[in-house]
Amino acid sequence: MSVLTNFSSLFLSAFGTTLKLFAFSAVGSLILGTFLAMLRVSPVPVFRAAATTYVGMLRNTPLTLVFFFFTFAYPLLKILKLDPDPTAIVALTLYTSAFVCEVVRSGINTVPVGQAEASRALGLTFSQMLASVVLPQALRAVVPPLVSTMIALLKNTTVAAGFSVQDAGSISYSLSEAGADTLVGLGWVAFFFVLLVIPLTLLQRSLEKRWSVAR
Amino acid sequence: MTAPNPAPPMIKMAGVDKFFGPLHVLKNVNLEVPKGQVVVVLGPSGSGKSTLCRTINRLEPINSGTIEVDGQPLPAEGKELARLRADVGMVFQSFNLFAHKSIVDNVLLAPTKVRKVPSNEALEHATELLERVGIANQAEKFPAQLSGGQQQRAAIARALAMRPKVMLFDEPTSALDPEMVQEVLDVMTTLAKEGMTMLVVTHEMGFARKAADRVIFMADGEIVEDSTPTEFFSAPKSNRAKDFLGKILTH
Repeated sequence: MSVLTNFSSLFLSAFGTTLKLFAFSAVGSLILGTFLAMLRVSPVPVFRAAATTYVGMLRNTPLTLVFFFFTFAYPLLKILKLDPDPTAIVALTLYTSAFVCEVVRSGINTVPVGQAEASRALGLTFSQMLASVVLPQALRAVVPPLVSTMIALLKNTTVAAGFSVQDAGSISYSLSEAGADTLVGLGWVAFFFVLLVIPLTLLQRSLEKRWSVAR
Repeated sequence: MTAPNPAPPMIKMAGVDKFFGPLHVLKNVNLEVPKGQVVVVLGPSGSGKSTLCRTINRLEPINSGTIEVDGQPLPAEGKELARLRADVGMVFQSFNLFAHKSIVDNVLLAPTKVRKVPSNEALEHATELLERVGIANQAEKFPAQLSGGQQQRAAIARALAMRPKVMLFDEPTSALDPEMVQEVLDVMTTLAKEGMTMLVVTHEMGFARKAADRVIFMADGEIVEDSTPTEFFSAPKSNRAKDFLGKILTH
C-alpha cells in the first residue's frame, strides 16, 4: 500500500496519460477503421485495393515497429514535428484501425444482401445505403469483437512507455529509479488495468442488450 | 419543331439478353408496358420471370438490349441510376424491411434521405400509407415483431412512400403463410384499381384473373404468351402454357 500512497501522483498522472492515449486512439481508430471497412466493400476496385493493402501492412506489423517508424523514421520526412504523446496516438490509431476495419467488415458481411437491395431499389446511393442501413446493422452484430479490440488497444498503450511517454507502462521504470518495490508497483498497475476494463465490459453488455430487440 | 411524342410506355424492354455464366436466363425479351397497366408474369420456376422483374430497376444488369423506364434508358450504376430507382417501387419476396428500424422509420427513410421531404410532411404521408395498408397500429414496432403478411404490407407502404411511377412485385406472397396471402393481395388489388402501373411476378392465379389487364407467360427465359387473363386461362395458345396450367389448376 505504501508504494501506492507514496507515489500517488505518479500513478495518477501516468494513468491519466494512459486514458488520454486510449480515448484519442479509440475514437480515431473507430472512425478510421469504419472508413477503411467502407472502402473494402466499395464497388471501386482502387479503393478496395488501397484499404486491403493498408490493413495487410498494419495488421502484419508488430505494434513496436509502428512506434519505431513514427519515432525515428517519420521525423526524417520533416512533415510535421510530433511530440511523444501525439506520436503514440498516431501509431496506436493507425495500428488499431486495421483491426477495427476487419471487425466492421465481418459485421457488414452478416447483413443480408436483401437489405442492400431494398436500399438500392428505393434510390439510396451507395454511401446512404452504408450509413443508414448496412453499417448500423453491421455494428450491432460486432459489439463483442469490437469491444475486445478496444480492450486490446487499452493494454497496447503501454508500448508507448518505451518511446518516451510517461504512461502507466512507465510506472515500473520510475519506481525502480526511486528505489521503490517495482513488483508491488506492477501489481497495482495490473489492478488498475482490470478496473479500467470493467466499464468497457459493462458497455458491451448494455449495447448487446439494447440492440437485441431489433434482430 | 417536332410534334409532341405520344406518352412513352412506362416500361420498355427491347432485345434484352441476360446470362448467369453459361446459363441464358433471358432470351431476346421484348416487352412494353403502357402507363396504368397491370401485368402479371407467370411461368414455371427457373423461367426467368424474377430476373426479368429485377432487370427493370437494374438490380440485375443485362448483357445486351435496352430497357427504358418512362422513356428514359437505364443509366449505369451511380447517382443517375439511384434517381431512376427512386421512381420505381419494388416489393421483394423476402420483404427486406430494414431490421434495425421501426416500421414507420422504414417508410420514412427513403423520402427523407433521397427526396429530402421535410420530416413532418413525410410522417404525415407515412401514417396515411400505413393506414391504407392496415397496419397503422404497428408503426412503432420492429419488423421482426410483425407477421409475414404485415411485414409485406409495410414493405408495400415503404415503396409507395416514394410516390413511384411504377411498382414491381417479385413474388410478393411466395414467402407467406397461406392465411396471410389474401391480405397482401387485397392491398395490391386496390393499388391496381387506383391505376398504378404494376408488373407482378406471382403464382397467385386468382390475382391474375381478378386484377391483371394482361398476362405474360414465360418459359426458359422467353416470353411464350402475351394475352389477357381470360384468354390465357380459358384458351392458352402454346403447349407449354397448357402444360403449366394443367399442373397448377387440376388441384
